[in-house]
Amino acid sequence: MSSVAQKSGFGATLWDWLTTVDHKKIGILYLLGGLFFFVLGGIEAMIIRLQLITPNNDLVSAGLFNDLITMHGTTMIFLAAMPMLFGFMNAIMPLQIGARDVAFPFINSLGFWMFAFGGLFLNISWLFGEVPDAGWTSYASLSLHSPGHGIDFYAIGLQIAGGGTLMAGINFLVTIINMRAPGMTYMRMPLFTWTTFVASAMILFAFPPLTIGLFFLTFDRMFGGNFFDHTMGGNTIIWEHIFWIFGHPEVYILILPAFGIFSEVFSVFARKRLFGYTAMVFATVLIGFLGFMVWAHHMFTVGLGPTANAIFAVATMAIAVPTGVKIFNWLLTIWGGSIKVTTPMLYALGFIPSFVMGGVTGVMQGAAPLDYQLHDSYFIVAHFHYVIVGGVVLAIFAGLHYWWPKMFGTMLNELLGKITFVFFFVGFHLTFLIQHWLGFWGMPRRVWTFMDGQGWNLANFVSTIGALSMAIGFTVMVINIIMTTIKNERVGNDPWGDGRTLEWAIPSPPPFYNFPATPLVRGLDTLWIEKMEGSKEMITPAEPITDIHMPHGSIIPMLMTLGLFIAGFGAMFHQETSWGLGVLIFGLAFTFVTMAIRSLKDDLGYYVTKEQILQDQENIKRGRN
Amino acid sequence: MIKGLKKWRLFSLLAVFALFMAGCGNEEISTFQPAGQVANDQFKLLLLASGIMLLVIIVVVIIYTVALFRFRRSKLGEDHIPEQVEGSHTLELLWTFIPIVLLLILAIPTVHYTYKLGDVKAMEAVDDDGNAENLVVDVTAKLYWWEFEYPDLGIVTAQELVVPTDEKVYFNLIAADVKHSFWIPSVGGKLDTNVENVNKFYLSFEKESEGLKDGVFYGKCAELCGPSHALMDFKVKTLPRDQFDSWVAGMQETAEEPVVANADGEEVFSQSCIGCHAVSGVGESGAQGPNLASFGDRNRVAGFLEHDEENLKDWIRDTQKHKPGNTMPSFSKDQISDEDLDALAEYLMGLKVAK
Repeated sequence: MSSVAQKSGFGATLWDWLTTVDHKKIGILYLLGGLFFFVLGGIEAMIIRLQLITPNNDLVSAGLFNDLITMHGTTMIFLAAMPMLFGFMNAIMPLQIGARDVAFPFINSLGFWMFAFGGLFLNISWLFGEVPDAGWTSYASLSLHSPGHGIDFYAIGLQIAGGGTLMAGINFLVTIINMRAPGMTYMRMPLFTWTTFVASAMILFAFPPLTIGLFFLTFDRMFGGNFFDHTMGGNTIIWEHIFWIFGHPEVYILILPAFGIFSEVFSVFARKRLFGYTAMVFATVLIGFLGFMVWAHHMFTVGLGPTANAIFAVATMAIAVPTGVKIFNWLLTIWGGSIKVTTPMLYALGFIPSFVMGGVTGVMQGAAPLDYQLHDSYFIVAHFHYVIVGGVVLAIFAGLHYWWPKMFGTMLNELLGKITFVFFFVGFHLTFLIQHWLGFWGMPRRVWTFMDGQGWNLANFVSTIGALSMAIGFTVMVINIIMTTIKNERVGNDPWGDGRTLEWAIPSPPPFYNFPATPLVRGLDTLWIEKMEGSKEMITPAEPITDIHMPHGSIIPMLMTLGLFIAGFGAMFHQETSWGLGVLIFGLAFTFVTMAIRSLKDDLGYYVTKEQILQDQENIKRGRN
Repeated sequence: MIKGLKKWRLFSLLAVFALFMAGCGNEEISTFQPAGQVANDQFKLLLLASGIMLLVIIVVVIIYTVALFRFRRSKLGEDHIPEQVEGSHTLELLWTFIPIVLLLILAIPTVHYTYKLGDVKAMEAVDDDGNAENLVVDVTAKLYWWEFEYPDLGIVTAQELVVPTDEKVYFNLIAADVKHSFWIPSVGGKLDTNVENVNKFYLSFEKESEGLKDGVFYGKCAELCGPSHALMDFKVKTLPRDQFDSWVAGMQETAEEPVVANADGEEVFSQSCIGCHAVSGVGESGAQGPNLASFGDRNRVAGFLEHDEENLKDWIRDTQKHKPGNTMPSFSKDQISDEDLDALAEYLMGLKVAK
């Protein structure tokens, strides 16, 4: 079978995307999927802020408001932020380590489809009118009490999506351990690869608790289990522990790749080696490690007792140290550099003060007795938006502008990018800065409305105006993406001109086999070394060009997930309908059959011959001139 | 001329003061205006933490701003290749140890206050006669209202907590249905009311609520508990000890000498309401609906509506409209006629304990 020859037509293209196991295409799928859910979560956020623009507002009902906050949080964490980061990890990390693909392309595809169907399952709840309404934390007493199927959608949808995340994490781990190019030692890996590595290791340990917690919740709600029902000997606090043993590492799983993106951006646009690379790596690992030791700081007011609270308070403060190390290393990276304020750099520069503010309020809440006041008030809402939006979302936007040319072969418009930044950044601070004070002034979070005369009116109004500005910024970005795609002005290998890592040594977008010959890595910032030596080819090959073994695409990952998706509905309706159990069994059987097909049918992949590669490289070169 | 200047000064002083007060929130609900030892300790910790954090922010912003101005490519030239510095051990050690010192400065009072605020040993203390030495209040949080029992005094009330000033008041907290959280921002931080275990803590109320805007402190539910979570407010009335004692006596009398402001209303009450609501303040927690013995004294209907007969009648007619998801049934005109409702409202508003 010829692989370089491409079929055309809409059906063939669609089939190609449905069956792809190419990490770059899966990266794009993750990115687009994440953007879609980001829009959904953003719309939910806008409705939340519009409801709170004035006291006693009745834009939405109390029940709908709880649906909105729950779906906003769940969507943004699980279906927007993580998939978009996974998009970058998929598309870029293998290129950074000089690999041809991830270790398990099939599982990579499976992971994506599980995210997609899990997200779909969760959001189909809107069509049923029974939406999760117990907050993204879904604390057990309330989630068991919640009528309708809302929480069932949460439990099953997240179970499916979470499975995909776990697979992606394992895949990235194995890829980074096994598939680094010759000479790419651990201490030469770009920081984005390092943070992907640590985040993946955290996924490996953090997601199983979530899986178990969600199974408990599913059994409690759908199969008469009593894990959390205290009247039957269960315990709701167990859910809180399980959730936060997952939930706290989860926020580091989000922020570490964000740190990685900023490390790349600072170094490239300051045209300077990352300051204190070794310290940065150790800080990353330390944050990853400590991230598992502090979950109970989400539970200071649960009544765990002063000893537990004191221990977790001090442990929480300890995390500030490696984080501070990172901040100062970034500052020293731009210090003495040659700073060019491109759009990605603008986001990175905006990130520093924003994230420092989010970080210090985190330490404040780490002080347990002070947290008794701040917990579940608007202060915490301000805090976690400062770290998630000021850290993760700014990183995603930075990465989007930074790697867009590598992923799509075109440059996003710089002017529109900067306009996006201004609206988004100003709006962000306008929305969330004042919310710290709302918390101090006694406003609890997750309130559907508030009475007049409590001194909260003006602050809430300002906050909503800020949110609108963020929406405008994001809209400009979408326009930018559409315009850039229509214009389709192709760019070369290293459009920013200052690329330092391997992904900038190959065409944008890279050929499907990435590197014609595996590169030889001779130090940190591989491409920079080649550039400084005046190398013409920008890559020193580690081996001569030979035939490349590639995997076939497969529809099985999608079908496997489809089975789980169907089984989910069966589980949900099995108690009240006669067909529920049948659907549950059918769905699971369907998945098992697809698994059996995968196991029994040998798929040995195919070879791209040396001649084809040479021909392809020739075409690329000719196309450039 | 000088007089005018003085006026202007006074005005600007007032303006600054007003701004300061606005920044401090409303006295009955803001954590910035602590009205008790617990809130005060937490406020002190807040000031310390904010100070340290502000220092960190300032240092970062200074380095950041200087770097941004000094090292722009537009200044250095397009071809400038900066020196590729690897790092600096000295600097790494510096910005590891200075934060550790700063955090220690914060950690020590944190641990101290954690134990101080968590100390409830005195709860069990009894004097020689076996009477509790300290006032203990059992709080039960329910969808979406608060029940306050004073076990040593044999009385129970709801929605409006009444406590004496200038002494530690100990609380036993539990939830009857789903998890809630008990928070009086200006008096002290929150503690969750779990469904399966009793949480204990203390607060001390050092300011009389008399002079406040509504004559009460505001209490909130701080844990998402369903649709009407936002409306699960309660109020706190703080009285000097002697007034508190007479309030307790008043509550205890309601068992024998109920106040009947409208006999027809009482009749309606005993037909339609008494299944869930008690009008005697003597009793224990565990009622279906809020105890109404002191209803006429309260500050709000259903915890959040203005306290007048109109709102009360509206509420009884359609409880779900006001507080979605609450467990009180609504009463149509077939169940309680308009005249009966008027009588009932008058009767309920007459249920007063405060003399």
